[in-house]
Amino acid sequence: MSQSYNRGTIESFGRWREFSAGMWAWIFHKFTGWVLVGYLFTHIAVLSTAMEGAEMYTNTIVTLEGLLLVRILEVGLLAVAVFHILNGLRLLLVDLGVGLESQDKSFYASVILTGAITVASVPTFIAGAF
Amino acid sequence: MSTQPPQQQSEEPAAEQSADAESTPAAQQRREDKKAADRDARDERQAEKDANEAKANEDTREIKVFRYDPEVEEKQEPRFDTFHVPFTKGMTVLDAVIYARDQFDPSLTFRHSCRQAVCGSDAFFINGQQRLGCKTQISELEEPIRIEPLPHQDVVKDLVVDMDHFYEEMEAVDPYFDPDETPDGELEEQRQSRQNREKVKMSTRCIWCGACFSSCNIAAGDNEYLGPAALNKAYRFAMDEREGDQKTQDRLETIEQEHGVWRCQTQFSCTNVCPKDIPLTEHIQELKREAVKKNLKFW
Repeated sequence: MSQSYNRGTIESFGRWREFSAGMWAWIFHKFTGWVLVGYLFTHIAVLSTAMEGAEMYTNTIVTLEGLLLVRILEVGLLAVAVFHILNGLRLLLVDLGVGLESQDKSFYASVILTGAITVASVPTFIAGAF
Repeated sequence: MSTQPPQQQSEEPAAEQSADAESTPAAQQRREDKKAADRDARDERQAEKDANEAKANEDTREIKVFRYDPEVEEKQEPRFDTFHVPFTKGMTVLDAVIYARDQFDPSLTFRHSCRQAVCGSDAFFINGQQRLGCKTQISELEEPIRIEPLPHQDVVKDLVVDMDHFYEEMEAVDPYFDPDETPDGELEEQRQSRQNREKVKMSTRCIWCGACFSSCNIAAGDNEYLGPAALNKAYRFAMDEREGDQKTQDRLETIEQEHGVWRCQTQFSCTNVCPKDIPLTEHIQELKREAVKKNLKFW
């Protein structure tokens, strides 16, 4: 053996089309987790405007809610949070060793449920934005 | 192919016998006619046989095999070679690469031994999944069939990967039965309850093929992670009631370290690819619970 060839880890994510349910669940869970961490900081930033007085806080909220982009981002935030919650419950079951054979089905169920809840929430979030 | 020669042998002595019995020109003529007829029939059969063979050859499967050879300068750049292998019913991926090696390119290199999913030497990356070559039917795969060496392991040549790291992780968990104490009588057997045997049954099926280790995303990124196969080995002995408490504690201490069970993030990749259908994730999860139980104190 004179030398060996290292194909690297590129192939892992380069082959995303071949990923199975468990892998997608992991990727989505990481992604939604990071989005929620990021949101936490914006959340604190917006709330901290209350330090400047009640009027300042009201103004900030009213201005933000007046933007269509913020309304759309809120729908996205809900989708991310709902998926993270549902998949978190799924992982809880996995940790308890319950229903490991149907872990792929529970992943699909959480995706479908997330989609349904998100769609149902759209009227509430978008109302009055236009 | 094999039926042809015996037929010819049985026909020709018969023709000679009739030649001895009659020696008139008419008989000669008849004999020649008969020979010509035989020849025609033989030609016809040959043509039919050729046609059959050609027809069989039409039913080929296209395989693309990863090639790399560090010792030949022109082959140092990895590439894919395409082979068209004649398909036969029940053909496995291993059969196909063996055919390609024997008929087309003797330099094609891969490991194989028992051909019946026992030795665990021929785990390849087939159509984007770690599979055992001898256990994967060609007919179940989409064409062209891409056959590559296992990912996340260094390629030594063609489909041969360096398994040293995998074996190191396996050895790290003491993959052998090691009881605290043996029965007094020299040859007395150590009994295991049926329930306990059932519990460890699936985990004993591991053949060290390395498919799970190669499929694990965490093992790819963390070189020290024991990996699914080694943790399954640890499970197999930690759950065996014959080993005694002391050894079980030792085993749990090994697997609960930083690069042990807690690295597993339940992607289920290993469970999906295991050619022996071992519920690897389930075993790792159970070890996690055992590790927690060991350290929880309520007083």
